[in-house]
Amino acid sequence: MSKIDDLTKQTGEWLRGEGPMSEVVISSRIRLARNLKAYPFLSRADESQHRRIYRELSDSIANSPLGDDIFFADFETLSELDRQVLVERHLVSRQHAEGEGTRGVAVSPNERRALMVNEEDHLRIQVLRSGLQLDALWDEIREIDTGIEKQLEYAYHERYGYLTACPTNVGTGLRVSVMLHLPALKLVKEIDRVFRAAQDMKLAVRGIYGEGTEAVGDFYQVSNQITLGRTEEEIIEEFGKTIIPKMVEYELKVRDAMAKERTYQLDDKVWRAYGTMNNARAMSSDEALFLLSHLRMGVAMGRFKDLDVHTINRLLLQTQPAHLQKIHHETLTGEQRSITRAEFVRARLREYQARNN
Amino acid sequence: MELPCQRCQKARATVHLTDCTGGEPRERHLCEDCAEQEGLTLQQNAGITSILEKFVQHSKKVEEIARLTCPKCGISFAEFRNSGQLGCPHDYTAFEKLLLPLLERAHDGRTEHVGRQPGVAGPARSRRTTLTQLRLDMDRAVEAEEYELAAKLRDQIKALSNVED
Repeated sequence: MSKIDDLTKQTGEWLRGEGPMSEVVISSRIRLARNLKAYPFLSRADESQHRRIYRELSDSIANSPLGDDIFFADFETLSELDRQVLVERHLVSRQHAEGEGTRGVAVSPNERRALMVNEEDHLRIQVLRSGLQLDALWDEIREIDTGIEKQLEYAYHERYGYLTACPTNVGTGLRVSVMLHLPALKLVKEIDRVFRAAQDMKLAVRGIYGEGTEAVGDFYQVSNQITLGRTEEEIIEEFGKTIIPKMVEYELKVRDAMAKERTYQLDDKVWRAYGTMNNARAMSSDEALFLLSHLRMGVAMGRFKDLDVHTINRLLLQTQPAHLQKIHHETLTGEQRSITRAEFVRARLREYQARNN
Repeated sequence: MELPCQRCQKARATVHLTDCTGGEPRERHLCEDCAEQEGLTLQQNAGITSILEKFVQHSKKVEEIARLTCPKCGISFAEFRNSGQLGCPHDYTAFEKLLLPLLERAHDGRTEHVGRQPGVAGPARSRRTTLTQLRLDMDRAVEAEEYELAAKLRDQIKALSNVED
Protein backbone atom coordinates (compact mmCIF):
# COMPACT_ATOMS: atom_id res chain seq x y z
CA MET A 1 0.00 0.00 0.00
CA SER A 2 1.64 3.23 -1.13
CA LYS A 3 1.69 6.55 0.68
CA ILE A 4 -0.63 7.94 -1.99
CA ASP A 5 -3.19 5.22 -1.21
CA ASP A 6 -3.04 6.28 2.44
CA LEU A 7 -3.85 9.84 1.44
CA THR A 8 -7.04 8.89 -0.41
CA LYS A 9 -8.50 7.63 2.88
CA GLN A 10 -8.27 11.01 4.58
CA THR A 11 -9.90 14.32 3.68
CA GLY A 12 -6.75 16.41 3.34
CA GLU A 13 -5.91 19.63 5.04
CA TRP A 14 -7.71 22.00 2.71
CA LEU A 15 -11.05 20.26 3.22
CA ARG A 16 -10.99 19.97 7.00
CA GLY A 17 -13.67 22.65 7.05
CA GLU A 18 -12.17 24.40 10.07
CA GLY A 19 -10.38 27.62 10.84
CA PRO A 20 -11.34 31.30 10.76
CA MET A 21 -14.13 32.29 8.34
CA SER A 22 -14.51 28.66 7.25
CA GLU A 23 -18.16 29.20 6.31
CA VAL A 24 -16.78 30.98 3.21
CA VAL A 25 -13.01 30.41 3.19
CA ILE A 26 -12.22 26.82 2.25
CA SER A 27 -8.44 27.07 2.53
CA SER A 28 -5.39 29.33 2.46
CA ARG A 29 -2.12 28.61 0.73
CA ILE A 30 1.24 30.35 0.45
CA ARG A 31 3.94 29.35 -1.98
CA LEU A 32 7.49 30.53 -2.54
CA ALA A 33 9.28 30.12 -5.88
CA ARG A 34 13.02 29.46 -5.57
CA ASN A 35 15.82 28.54 -7.99
CA LEU A 36 19.37 27.34 -7.51
CA LYS A 37 22.04 29.80 -8.48
CA ALA A 38 24.33 27.24 -10.07
CA TYR A 39 21.90 25.98 -12.72
CA PRO A 40 19.96 27.36 -15.67
CA PHE A 41 16.18 27.60 -15.31
CA LEU A 42 14.41 24.37 -16.24
CA SER A 43 13.43 25.17 -19.84
CA ARG A 44 17.13 25.64 -20.58
CA ALA A 45 18.50 22.79 -18.44
CA ASP A 46 19.31 19.40 -19.97
CA GLU A 47 18.18 16.10 -18.48
CA SER A 48 21.36 15.54 -16.46
CA GLN A 49 20.98 19.01 -14.94
CA HIS A 50 17.34 18.23 -14.15
CA ARG A 51 18.53 15.14 -12.29
CA ARG A 52 21.21 17.07 -10.39
CA ILE A 53 18.79 19.82 -9.38
CA TYR A 54 16.33 17.17 -8.22
CA ARG A 55 18.96 15.38 -6.14
CA GLU A 56 20.36 18.55 -4.57
CA LEU A 57 16.93 19.80 -3.58
CA SER A 58 15.67 16.43 -2.32
CA ASP A 59 18.80 16.09 -0.16
CA SER A 60 18.44 19.60 1.20
CA ILE A 61 14.76 19.06 2.00
CA ALA A 62 15.54 15.74 3.69
CA ASN A 63 18.35 17.35 5.73
CA SER A 64 16.27 20.32 6.78
CA PRO A 65 14.17 20.30 9.98
CA LEU A 66 11.29 19.39 7.70
CA GLY A 67 12.90 16.08 6.71
CA ASP A 68 11.57 13.81 9.47
CA ASP A 69 7.99 14.48 8.61
CA ILE A 70 7.86 14.22 4.86
CA PHE A 71 7.71 11.63 2.06
CA PHE A 72 8.95 11.97 -1.50
CA ALA A 73 6.94 11.08 -4.57
CA ASP A 74 9.19 10.75 -7.61
CA PHE A 75 7.00 11.40 -10.65
CA GLU A 76 8.97 9.19 -12.98
CA THR A 77 8.00 6.13 -10.97
CA LEU A 78 4.54 7.33 -9.95
CA SER A 79 1.52 6.24 -12.01
CA GLU A 80 -0.53 8.81 -13.88
CA LEU A 81 -3.48 8.04 -11.61
CA ASP A 82 -1.44 8.70 -8.46
CA ARG A 83 -0.16 12.00 -9.90
CA GLN A 84 -3.78 12.93 -10.64
CA VAL A 85 -4.72 12.13 -7.03
CA LEU A 86 -2.09 14.66 -5.92
CA VAL A 87 -3.61 17.28 -8.24
CA GLU A 88 -7.11 16.66 -6.89
CA ARG A 89 -5.74 17.06 -3.36
CA HIS A 90 -4.16 20.39 -4.34
CA LEU A 91 -0.67 19.17 -3.47
CA VAL A 92 0.76 19.67 -6.97
CA SER A 93 -0.27 21.69 -9.99
CA ARG A 94 -1.77 20.10 -13.07
CA GLN A 95 1.25 21.34 -15.02
CA HIS A 96 3.56 19.46 -12.66
CA ALA A 97 1.57 16.23 -12.87
CA GLU A 98 1.49 16.29 -16.64
CA GLY A 99 5.05 17.54 -17.20
CA GLU A 100 8.09 15.57 -18.31
CA GLY A 101 11.55 14.79 -16.99
CA THR A 102 12.94 14.25 -13.49
CA ARG A 103 10.56 15.87 -11.07
CA GLY A 104 8.53 15.18 -7.98
CA VAL A 105 7.04 16.41 -4.75
CA ALA A 106 7.78 16.16 -1.04
CA VAL A 107 4.59 15.94 1.00
CA SER A 108 3.98 15.93 4.74
CA PRO A 109 1.54 13.18 5.78
CA ASN A 110 -0.90 15.74 7.18
CA GLU A 111 -0.83 17.40 3.73
CA ARG A 112 -0.05 20.84 5.06
CA ARG A 113 3.26 21.02 3.23
CA ALA A 114 4.05 20.16 -0.36
CA LEU A 115 7.34 21.04 -2.02
CA MET A 116 7.34 20.68 -5.79
CA VAL A 117 10.76 20.07 -7.32
CA ASN A 118 11.32 20.91 -11.00
CA GLU A 119 7.92 22.39 -11.75
CA GLU A 120 8.27 25.79 -13.49
CA ASP A 121 10.96 26.79 -11.01
CA HIS A 122 13.49 24.47 -9.39
CA LEU A 123 11.61 24.60 -6.10
CA ARG A 124 8.15 25.67 -5.12
CA ILE A 125 7.48 25.47 -1.41
CA GLN A 126 3.79 25.36 -0.52
CA VAL A 127 2.00 25.38 2.81
CA LEU A 128 -1.74 24.92 3.22
CA ARG A 129 -4.33 25.25 5.95
CA SER A 130 -8.08 25.22 6.05
CA GLY A 131 -9.85 28.51 6.74
CA LEU A 132 -8.13 31.90 6.65
CA GLN A 133 -4.77 31.43 8.39
CA LEU A 134 -2.23 33.45 6.45
CA ASP A 135 -0.09 34.71 9.34
CA ALA A 136 0.48 31.20 10.67
CA LEU A 137 1.27 30.00 7.16
CA TRP A 138 3.80 32.77 6.65
CA ASP A 139 5.65 31.86 9.86
CA GLU A 140 5.66 28.24 8.79
CA ILE A 141 6.90 28.73 5.23
CA ARG A 142 9.58 31.21 6.27
CA GLU A 143 11.01 28.61 8.58
CA ILE A 144 10.97 25.94 5.89
CA ASP A 145 12.62 28.32 3.42
CA THR A 146 15.36 29.21 5.90
CA GLY A 147 16.00 25.53 6.67
CA ILE A 148 16.60 24.74 3.00
CA GLU A 149 18.44 27.94 2.19
CA LYS A 150 21.11 27.16 4.77
CA GLN A 151 22.25 24.23 2.65
CA LEU A 152 22.41 25.71 -0.85
CA GLU A 153 22.58 28.96 -2.74
CA TYR A 154 19.40 30.39 -4.22
CA ALA A 155 19.46 32.61 -7.31
CA TYR A 156 19.12 36.07 -5.84
CA HIS A 157 19.70 39.55 -7.27
CA GLU A 158 20.43 42.62 -5.21
CA ARG A 159 17.78 44.64 -7.02
CA TYR A 160 15.26 42.05 -8.28
CA GLY A 161 15.22 39.68 -5.33
CA TYR A 162 14.62 35.94 -5.78
CA LEU A 163 15.01 35.19 -9.48
CA THR A 164 12.36 33.07 -11.16
CA ALA A 165 11.95 31.50 -14.60
CA CYS A 166 9.04 33.81 -15.34
CA PRO A 167 9.51 37.51 -14.51
CA THR A 168 5.94 37.66 -13.20
CA ASN A 169 7.09 35.79 -10.05
CA VAL A 170 10.36 37.60 -9.41
CA GLY A 171 11.13 39.46 -6.18
CA THR A 172 9.47 37.69 -3.27
CA GLY A 173 8.47 34.68 -5.38
CA LEU A 174 5.41 34.76 -3.14
CA ARG A 175 1.93 33.72 -4.10
CA VAL A 176 -0.90 33.87 -1.63
CA SER A 177 -4.02 31.95 -2.71
CA VAL A 178 -7.26 31.73 -0.83
CA MET A 179 -10.03 29.41 -1.92
CA LEU A 180 -13.48 30.84 -1.41
CA HIS A 181 -16.96 29.38 -1.66
CA LEU A 182 -19.21 32.13 -3.03
CA PRO A 183 -22.54 30.53 -3.95
CA ALA A 184 -24.74 33.43 -2.83
CA LEU A 185 -22.82 36.04 -4.84
CA LYS A 186 -23.13 33.73 -7.82
CA LEU A 187 -26.88 33.23 -7.35
CA VAL A 188 -27.64 36.96 -7.23
CA LYS A 189 -25.20 37.57 -10.12
CA GLU A 190 -22.91 39.84 -8.12
CA ILE A 191 -19.89 37.64 -8.75
CA ASP A 192 -18.73 39.53 -11.86
CA ARG A 193 -18.57 42.70 -9.84
CA VAL A 194 -16.34 41.00 -7.33
CA PHE A 195 -14.10 39.77 -10.15
CA ARG A 196 -13.80 43.23 -11.66
CA ALA A 197 -12.89 44.70 -8.30
CA ALA A 198 -10.30 41.94 -7.87
CA GLN A 199 -8.81 42.69 -11.27
CA ASP A 200 -8.55 46.37 -10.42
CA MET A 201 -6.54 45.33 -7.38
CA LYS A 202 -4.23 43.22 -9.57
CA LEU A 203 -5.52 39.95 -8.20
CA ALA A 204 -6.10 36.79 -10.20
CA VAL A 205 -9.33 34.81 -9.80
CA ARG A 206 -9.20 31.20 -10.92
CA GLY A 207 -11.23 28.00 -10.74
CA ILE A 208 -10.92 25.28 -8.15
CA TYR A 209 -7.85 23.62 -9.68
CA GLY A 210 -5.85 26.79 -10.26
CA GLU A 211 -4.33 28.15 -13.40
CA GLY A 212 -6.36 27.55 -16.54
CA THR A 213 -9.32 25.89 -14.84
CA GLU A 214 -12.96 26.93 -14.84
CA ALA A 215 -14.80 27.86 -11.72
CA VAL A 216 -17.09 24.91 -11.02
CA GLY A 217 -19.46 24.74 -8.10
CA ASP A 218 -18.89 28.35 -7.02
CA PHE A 219 -15.37 27.64 -5.70
CA TYR A 220 -12.85 30.33 -6.56
CA GLN A 221 -9.16 30.85 -5.91
CA VAL A 222 -8.07 34.45 -5.37
CA SER A 223 -4.35 35.20 -5.55
CA ASN A 224 -1.88 38.08 -5.79
CA GLN A 225 -0.05 38.83 -9.03
CA ILE A 226 2.38 41.49 -7.85
CA THR A 227 5.48 39.88 -6.36
CA LEU A 228 8.04 42.68 -6.73
CA GLY A 229 8.37 45.94 -4.83
CA ARG A 230 6.29 44.91 -1.83
CA THR A 231 7.34 42.97 1.23
CA GLU A 232 5.90 39.56 1.93
CA GLU A 233 4.28 40.95 5.06
CA GLU A 234 2.57 43.74 3.11
CA ILE A 235 1.13 41.32 0.56
CA ILE A 236 -0.06 38.92 3.25
CA GLU A 237 -1.50 41.61 5.48
CA GLU A 238 -3.49 43.15 2.63
CA PHE A 239 -4.92 39.73 1.82
CA GLY A 240 -5.68 38.63 5.34
CA LYS A 241 -6.90 41.93 6.77
CA THR A 242 -8.59 43.62 3.81
CA ILE A 243 -9.22 41.72 0.59
CA ILE A 244 -10.51 38.39 1.88
CA PRO A 245 -12.51 39.75 4.86
CA LYS A 246 -14.27 42.14 2.48
CA MET A 247 -15.21 39.38 0.06
CA VAL A 248 -16.36 37.18 2.95
CA GLU A 249 -18.44 40.00 4.37
CA TYR A 250 -20.08 40.58 0.99
CA GLU A 251 -20.94 36.89 0.56
CA LEU A 252 -22.36 36.67 4.09
CA LYS A 253 -24.45 39.82 3.60
CA VAL A 254 -26.01 38.37 0.48
CA ARG A 255 -26.59 35.03 2.26
CA ASP A 256 -28.39 36.88 5.07
CA ALA A 257 -30.52 38.85 2.63
CA MET A 258 -31.41 35.69 0.75
CA ALA A 259 -32.39 33.87 3.94
CA LYS A 260 -34.77 36.73 4.75
CA GLU A 261 -36.17 37.67 1.36
CA ARG A 262 -35.82 34.65 -0.87
CA THR A 263 -36.17 31.81 1.61
CA TYR A 264 -38.11 29.43 -0.65
CA GLN A 265 -35.70 29.98 -3.54
CA LEU A 266 -32.73 29.21 -1.36
CA ASP A 267 -34.26 26.12 0.25
CA ASP A 268 -35.40 24.93 -3.14
CA LYS A 269 -31.80 25.00 -4.45
CA VAL A 270 -30.50 23.09 -1.44
CA TRP A 271 -33.24 20.45 -1.35
CA ARG A 272 -33.11 19.91 -5.10
CA ALA A 273 -29.38 19.29 -4.79
CA TYR A 274 -30.05 16.80 -2.00
CA GLY A 275 -32.82 15.15 -4.01
CA THR A 276 -30.56 14.72 -7.02
CA MET A 277 -27.70 13.35 -4.95
CA ASN A 278 -30.02 10.82 -3.32
CA ASN A 279 -31.52 9.63 -6.58
CA ALA A 280 -29.22 10.19 -9.54
CA ARG A 281 -28.05 7.09 -11.42
CA ALA A 282 -25.24 8.88 -13.28
CA MET A 283 -23.29 11.98 -12.29
CA SER A 284 -20.34 13.85 -13.80
CA SER A 285 -17.67 15.26 -11.49
CA ASP A 286 -18.71 18.80 -12.44
CA GLU A 287 -22.31 18.04 -11.51
CA ALA A 288 -21.14 16.61 -8.20
CA LEU A 289 -19.22 19.83 -7.45
CA PHE A 290 -22.23 21.91 -8.42
CA LEU A 291 -24.64 19.98 -6.19
CA LEU A 292 -22.21 19.75 -3.28
CA SER A 293 -21.71 23.51 -3.51
CA HIS A 294 -25.44 24.10 -2.96
CA LEU A 295 -25.54 21.63 -0.09
CA ARG A 296 -22.51 23.24 1.52
CA MET A 297 -24.26 26.60 1.35
CA GLY A 298 -27.37 25.14 3.02
CA VAL A 299 -25.32 23.56 5.79
CA ALA A 300 -23.10 26.63 6.32
CA MET A 301 -26.22 28.80 6.62
CA GLY A 302 -27.73 26.44 9.17
CA ARG A 303 -30.75 25.79 6.94
CA PHE A 304 -29.96 22.18 6.16
CA LYS A 305 -29.36 19.65 8.90
CA ASP A 306 -29.43 16.32 7.04
CA LEU A 307 -25.68 16.45 6.33
CA ASP A 308 -22.55 17.94 7.87
CA VAL A 309 -19.70 19.92 6.31
CA HIS A 310 -17.25 17.08 6.89
CA THR A 311 -19.28 14.64 4.80
CA ILE A 312 -19.71 17.22 2.07
CA ASN A 313 -15.98 17.95 2.01
CA ARG A 314 -15.15 14.26 1.82
CA LEU A 315 -17.50 13.88 -1.11
CA LEU A 316 -15.98 16.93 -2.82
CA LEU A 317 -12.69 15.08 -2.94
CA GLN A 318 -13.80 11.49 -3.38
CA THR A 319 -16.08 12.21 -6.32
CA GLN A 320 -13.14 13.56 -8.33
CA PRO A 321 -12.12 11.21 -11.17
CA ALA A 322 -8.76 9.97 -9.83
CA HIS A 323 -10.03 9.48 -6.26
CA LEU A 324 -13.07 7.61 -7.47
CA GLN A 325 -10.88 5.20 -9.41
CA LYS A 326 -8.43 4.86 -6.55
CA ILE A 327 -11.24 3.93 -4.15
CA HIS A 328 -12.55 1.36 -6.62
CA HIS A 329 -9.09 -0.01 -7.39
CA GLU A 330 -9.67 0.09 -11.13
CA THR A 331 -9.46 2.31 -14.16
CA LEU A 332 -12.90 3.41 -15.27
CA THR A 333 -14.13 4.96 -18.51
CA GLY A 334 -15.97 8.27 -18.33
CA GLU A 335 -19.37 6.56 -18.46
CA GLN A 336 -18.45 3.98 -15.83
CA ARG A 337 -17.21 6.78 -13.62
CA SER A 338 -20.53 8.62 -13.88
CA ILE A 339 -22.44 5.53 -12.80
CA THR A 340 -19.96 4.61 -10.06
CA ARG A 341 -19.95 8.18 -8.77
CA ALA A 342 -23.75 8.30 -8.48
CA GLU A 343 -23.72 4.96 -6.61
CA PHE A 344 -20.91 6.11 -4.34
CA VAL A 345 -22.72 9.34 -3.44
CA ARG A 346 -26.00 7.52 -2.68
CA ALA A 347 -24.16 5.02 -0.48
CA ARG A 348 -22.41 7.80 1.52
CA LEU A 349 -25.70 9.65 2.05
CA ARG A 350 -27.41 6.46 3.23
CA GLU A 351 -24.54 5.85 5.65
CA TYR A 352 -24.93 9.32 7.07
CA GLN A 353 -28.68 8.89 7.46
CA ALA A 354 -28.21 5.54 9.22
CA ARG A 355 -25.64 7.03 11.60
CA ASN A 356 -27.74 10.05 12.49
CA ASN A 357 -31.24 8.65 12.85
CA MET B 1 -16.76 57.72 -56.96
CA GLU B 2 -14.77 59.71 -59.50
CA LEU B 3 -14.34 63.43 -58.99
CA PRO B 4 -12.72 65.87 -61.45
CA CYS B 5 -9.89 68.05 -60.13
CA GLN B 6 -11.32 71.19 -58.54
CA ARG B 7 -8.42 73.29 -59.85
CA CYS B 8 -7.98 72.32 -63.53
CA GLN B 9 -11.37 70.63 -63.87
CA LYS B 10 -9.80 68.13 -66.33
CA ALA B 11 -7.87 65.31 -64.73
CA ARG B 12 -9.27 62.92 -62.15
CA ALA B 13 -8.84 64.08 -58.55
CA THR B 14 -6.58 61.70 -56.69
CA VAL B 15 -5.48 63.92 -53.83
CA HIS B 16 -8.22 64.50 -51.27
CA LEU B 17 -7.75 66.68 -48.25
CA THR B 18 -9.46 68.96 -45.82
CA ASP B 19 -7.92 72.42 -45.76
CA CYS B 20 -8.19 74.03 -42.38
CA THR B 21 -6.04 77.07 -43.06
CA GLY B 22 -9.05 79.38 -43.62
CA GLY B 23 -11.76 79.86 -41.02
CA GLU B 24 -14.05 77.03 -42.17
CA PRO B 25 -12.61 73.62 -43.06
CA ARG B 26 -12.69 73.19 -46.81
CA GLU B 27 -12.81 69.88 -48.72
CA ARG B 28 -10.32 69.84 -51.59
CA HIS B 29 -10.09 67.32 -54.41
CA LEU B 30 -7.14 67.79 -56.78
CA CYS B 31 -5.30 65.94 -59.51
CA GLU B 32 -1.69 65.04 -58.86
CA ASP B 33 -0.24 67.84 -61.03
CA CYS B 34 -2.30 70.59 -59.42
CA ALA B 35 -1.56 69.24 -55.98
CA GLU B 36 2.13 69.30 -56.74
CA GLN B 37 1.89 72.86 -58.03
CA GLU B 38 0.25 73.85 -54.78
CA GLY B 39 3.10 72.17 -52.98
CA LEU B 40 0.90 69.54 -51.36
CA THR B 41 2.05 66.18 -52.68
CA LEU B 42 5.70 66.92 -52.24
CA GLN B 43 5.24 67.58 -48.58
CA GLN B 44 3.19 64.45 -48.23
CA ASN B 45 5.80 62.35 -49.95
CA ALA B 46 8.45 63.78 -47.73
CA GLY B 47 6.30 62.79 -44.75
CA ILE B 48 5.88 59.27 -45.97
CA THR B 49 9.56 58.88 -46.67
CA SER B 50 10.55 59.98 -43.23
CA ILE B 51 7.93 57.72 -41.68
CA LEU B 52 9.27 54.83 -43.73
CA GLU B 53 12.80 55.62 -42.69
CA LYS B 54 11.79 55.65 -39.08
CA PHE B 55 9.94 52.39 -39.58
CA VAL B 56 12.99 50.74 -41.11
CA GLN B 57 15.15 52.02 -38.27
CA HIS B 58 12.62 50.74 -35.79
CA SER B 59 12.51 47.27 -37.36
CA LYS B 60 16.29 47.15 -37.30
CA LYS B 61 16.14 47.97 -33.60
CA VAL B 62 13.51 45.28 -33.02
CA GLU B 63 15.70 42.78 -34.86
CA GLU B 64 18.71 43.76 -32.80
CA ILE B 65 16.72 43.35 -29.61
CA ALA B 66 15.42 39.98 -30.70
CA ARG B 67 18.96 38.80 -31.49
CA LEU B 68 20.35 39.84 -28.12
CA THR B 69 21.46 36.68 -26.32
CA CYS B 70 22.54 35.82 -22.81
CA PRO B 71 26.25 34.93 -22.75
CA LYS B 72 25.67 32.37 -19.98
CA CYS B 73 22.76 30.24 -21.20
CA GLY B 74 22.57 31.31 -24.85
CA ILE B 75 18.85 32.10 -24.89
CA SER B 76 17.86 35.00 -27.17
CA PHE B 77 15.41 37.66 -26.10
CA ALA B 78 13.11 36.54 -28.94
CA GLU B 79 13.04 33.00 -27.55
CA PHE B 80 12.11 34.36 -24.14
CA ARG B 81 9.33 36.47 -25.68
CA ASN B 82 7.91 33.39 -27.36
CA SER B 83 7.95 31.06 -24.37
CA GLY B 84 7.65 33.48 -21.44
CA GLN B 85 10.40 31.51 -19.71
CA LEU B 86 13.87 32.91 -19.06
CA GLY B 87 16.91 30.68 -19.55
CA CYS B 88 19.00 31.33 -16.45
CA PRO B 89 19.38 33.70 -13.50
CA HIS B 90 21.91 35.78 -15.46
CA ASP B 91 19.19 36.81 -17.97
CA TYR B 92 17.99 39.38 -15.47
CA THR B 93 21.34 41.15 -16.00
CA ALA B 94 21.82 40.36 -19.70
CA PHE B 95 18.32 41.57 -20.68
CA GLU B 96 17.97 44.11 -17.89
CA LYS B 97 16.98 47.09 -20.08
CA LEU B 98 14.43 45.04 -22.01
CA LEU B 99 12.98 43.38 -18.93
CA LEU B 100 12.44 46.58 -17.00
CA PRO B 101 9.32 47.73 -18.89
CA LEU B 102 7.97 44.19 -18.59
CA LEU B 103 8.54 44.15 -14.84
CA GLU B 104 6.89 47.53 -14.51
CA ARG B 105 3.80 46.29 -16.29
CA ALA B 106 3.60 43.05 -14.32
CA HIS B 107 4.25 44.59 -10.91
CA ASP B 108 2.33 47.84 -11.08
CA GLY B 109 5.33 50.08 -11.75
CA ARG B 110 7.62 48.53 -9.15
CA THR B 111 11.07 47.30 -10.12
CA GLU B 112 12.84 46.97 -6.79
CA HIS B 113 12.73 44.02 -4.41
CA VAL B 114 12.03 45.08 -0.84
CA GLY B 115 11.26 41.74 0.78
CA ARG B 116 13.17 38.90 2.36
CA GLN B 117 16.73 38.18 1.33
CA PRO B 118 18.92 35.10 1.80
CA GLY B 119 20.69 34.84 5.11
CA VAL B 120 18.63 37.55 6.75
CA ALA B 121 15.71 36.77 9.01
CA GLY B 122 12.80 39.18 9.08
CA PRO B 123 12.14 42.08 6.69
CA ALA B 124 15.27 42.50 4.69
CA ARG B 125 16.55 45.62 3.08
CA SER B 126 16.31 48.79 5.11
CA ARG B 127 13.87 51.37 3.90
CA ARG B 128 16.67 53.87 3.57
CA THR B 129 18.56 51.83 0.96
CA THR B 130 15.35 51.44 -0.99
CA LEU B 131 14.63 55.14 -0.82
CA THR B 132 18.07 55.99 -2.14
CA GLN B 133 17.63 53.58 -5.02
CA LEU B 134 14.13 54.85 -5.78
CA ARG B 135 15.36 58.46 -5.86
CA LEU B 136 18.14 57.50 -8.26
CA ASP B 137 15.62 55.69 -10.45
CA MET B 138 13.33 58.69 -10.44
CA ASP B 139 16.14 61.02 -11.53
CA ARG B 140 17.02 58.61 -14.30
CA ALA B 141 13.37 58.42 -15.41
CA VAL B 142 13.11 62.22 -15.55
CA GLU B 143 16.30 62.41 -17.60
CA ALA B 144 14.91 59.86 -20.03
CA GLU B 145 11.66 61.88 -20.15
CA GLU B 146 9.69 58.87 -18.86
CA TYR B 147 7.36 61.01 -16.82
CA GLU B 148 4.74 58.37 -16.14
CA LEU B 149 7.35 56.14 -14.54
CA ALA B 150 8.84 59.11 -12.70
CA ALA B 151 5.44 59.93 -11.22
CA LYS B 152 4.97 56.35 -10.05
CA LEU B 153 8.40 56.37 -8.43
CA ARG B 154 7.62 59.69 -6.77
CA ASP B 155 4.50 58.14 -5.23
CA GLN B 156 6.49 55.16 -3.96
CA ILE B 157 9.06 57.48 -2.41
CA LYS B 158 6.30 59.45 -0.76
CA ALA B 159 4.67 56.31 0.65
CA LEU B 160 7.97 54.99 1.99
CA SER B 161 9.04 58.33 3.48
CA ASN B 162 5.77 58.51 5.39
CA VAL B 163 6.32 55.10 6.90
CA GLU B 164 9.78 56.07 7.99
CA ASP B 165 8.69 59.18 9.86
